[in-house]
Amino acid sequence: MAHVLELKGLSKHFGEHAALDSLDLAIPEGEFFSLLGPSGCGKTTTLRLIAGFEEPSAGDVFLHGRRLNGLRPYQRNVSTVFQSYALFPHLTAQQNIEFGLRHRPGGWPGDAARRVQDAMEMLQIADKAERKPAELSGGEKQRVALARSLVLQPEVLLLDEPLSALDPNLRKQVRNELKALQRRVGITFLFITHDQEEALSLSDRIAVLNQGRLEQVGSPQELYLRPRTRFAAGFLGPVNWINGIGIRPEATQLAHAQPGGAVRALPATVENAIFLGNCIHVEARLTTGEHVVAEVSRFNGTFQRGEQVHVWWREGDELAL
Amino acid sequence: MNRLRAWCLAPTASVLLTLYLAPLAILLLYTLLTRGAYGGTSLPWTIENWQRLLDPLYLVILGRSFAVALVSTLICLLLGFPLALFIARSGPRRHIWLYLVILPFWTSFLVRTYAWMFLLRDTGLINSALLALGIIQEPLPLLYNYGAVILGLVYGYLPFMVLPLYATLERLDPSLLEAAADLGARPWQTIRRVIIPLSLPGIRAGSLLVFIPCLGAYLTPDLLGGGKTILVGTLIQNQFTSARDWPFGAALSLGVMAVVMLLLMSLIRRQDEGVL
Repeated sequence: MAHVLELKGLSKHFGEHAALDSLDLAIPEGEFFSLLGPSGCGKTTTLRLIAGFEEPSAGDVFLHGRRLNGLRPYQRNVSTVFQSYALFPHLTAQQNIEFGLRHRPGGWPGDAARRVQDAMEMLQIADKAERKPAELSGGEKQRVALARSLVLQPEVLLLDEPLSALDPNLRKQVRNELKALQRRVGITFLFITHDQEEALSLSDRIAVLNQGRLEQVGSPQELYLRPRTRFAAGFLGPVNWINGIGIRPEATQLAHAQPGGAVRALPATVENAIFLGNCIHVEARLTTGEHVVAEVSRFNGTFQRGEQVHVWWREGDELAL
Repeated sequence: MNRLRAWCLAPTASVLLTLYLAPLAILLLYTLLTRGAYGGTSLPWTIENWQRLLDPLYLVILGRSFAVALVSTLICLLLGFPLALFIARSGPRRHIWLYLVILPFWTSFLVRTYAWMFLLRDTGLINSALLALGIIQEPLPLLYNYGAVILGLVYGYLPFMVLPLYATLERLDPSLLEAAADLGARPWQTIRRVIIPLSLPGIRAGSLLVFIPCLGAYLTPDLLGGGKTILVGTLIQNQFTSARDWPFGAALSLGVMAVVMLLLMSLIRRQDEGVL
């Protein structure tokens, strides 16, 4: 498969501090790829190195096999959707979208007007064309920012936590639209996020970064079900660590009676039961002292504080680190 | 609360009223009187002083003063903008640069203008050096011309351009500049299409802060221009001293003020309409 974007040994040092330490990644054409990690993990640095806002201390960035090192941001056919959108406040939505086309090396393309119109219609902002950014809602600003980048048909679209500035109700809706948009335009998306739910729901593949180092790359299922490091396991979702073995809360079962057959069962005491509507989080303390959360359905019995229970899981449901 | 506000404003208001409005009223009164034989004013009332303002002789001087102030303002803008941009983008060191910009204010403007005279005159540092090096045979006429006046004005008022420009440029969101580059704009295109439009308030404020004092400047044209360059500031000063024509001097002062006011108001209106 042809790789549109390749990072080889990419490193960035700020003084003594390594913001990014020898990152290797290869992203195939048309993939929705996420960089996931906590703040300071190097994901934004990676984006800035690809966009050309920073120069790497070591390593290379290749776009369709062409080495980008040393090229200025305006010489790279990648485009960025900024966290704060960075719309030009003195220009209307349409002028913002036209901005990049005006600065093409070949000048204003013949089909530019149609491309701008198409982009605005695709993102449903054609009726907002004459508005200034200050007159747009957060969601509309984001669409303008997306249109402004997509109209240039970049080889890779870099998205720097574009959902984080939206209010939570809107976030889920925009998330679904973003995925549909990516499928429709077929452009490779490199999506930066610290939100594991966003990464899992949107991505074809995810790279988990921690302290400037790559922890693991894989599909959402691989990362969630077969994390290779404790960090990756914990960052993608809650884990009960029992004697060095990790079990997700939804795989953790509770029973009043000793479960039969070849299952692992450990005695425990219920400490708390939190009703969350669609499920119940039962917190229990094992006799060996470990604290465990089990996500149980209300159809599988009720558990009260102080009750003696058995914590168990099916063979193979544990995370194989 | 309102009472407190009134009490707090009272000192300022009384200072402004007595030291600012009262002299203006007196000046207005003067313009309508006849000149006294040894300066001062006397009756009868007349509007002749205002009519004299339209004399081509004075209109030429007024026009020339506008031209000098305009050129000085433009040069300040051309020099000040890159400097302000540089300072605004130079990180934690910017405070040192700002400090250097206002450093000249530590000495008197008069002393600094004399320093320029020592540099520019026929036997001054520049001419002596060029003569000694054999680059020129005769001293260059560096002093007592419009060039020297404009040089002095630019030197004196450049900080008034740099400071408001710096204030707007410093607030400019750096991600906008990254976005422009990301969208393919080369540095000069970013300056023209993003930085300049977004720093218009600073350009406007700086230009006014330079243009208005340049228009009324008296000291610089007098010292660096010598007697050869009559600008409106010198003209007004002459009326109150050697010419002993206080009513006409008053009319000239208020006339220049009125023109500046009209200019300001039209600028503000255009700004409200979003033209500038």
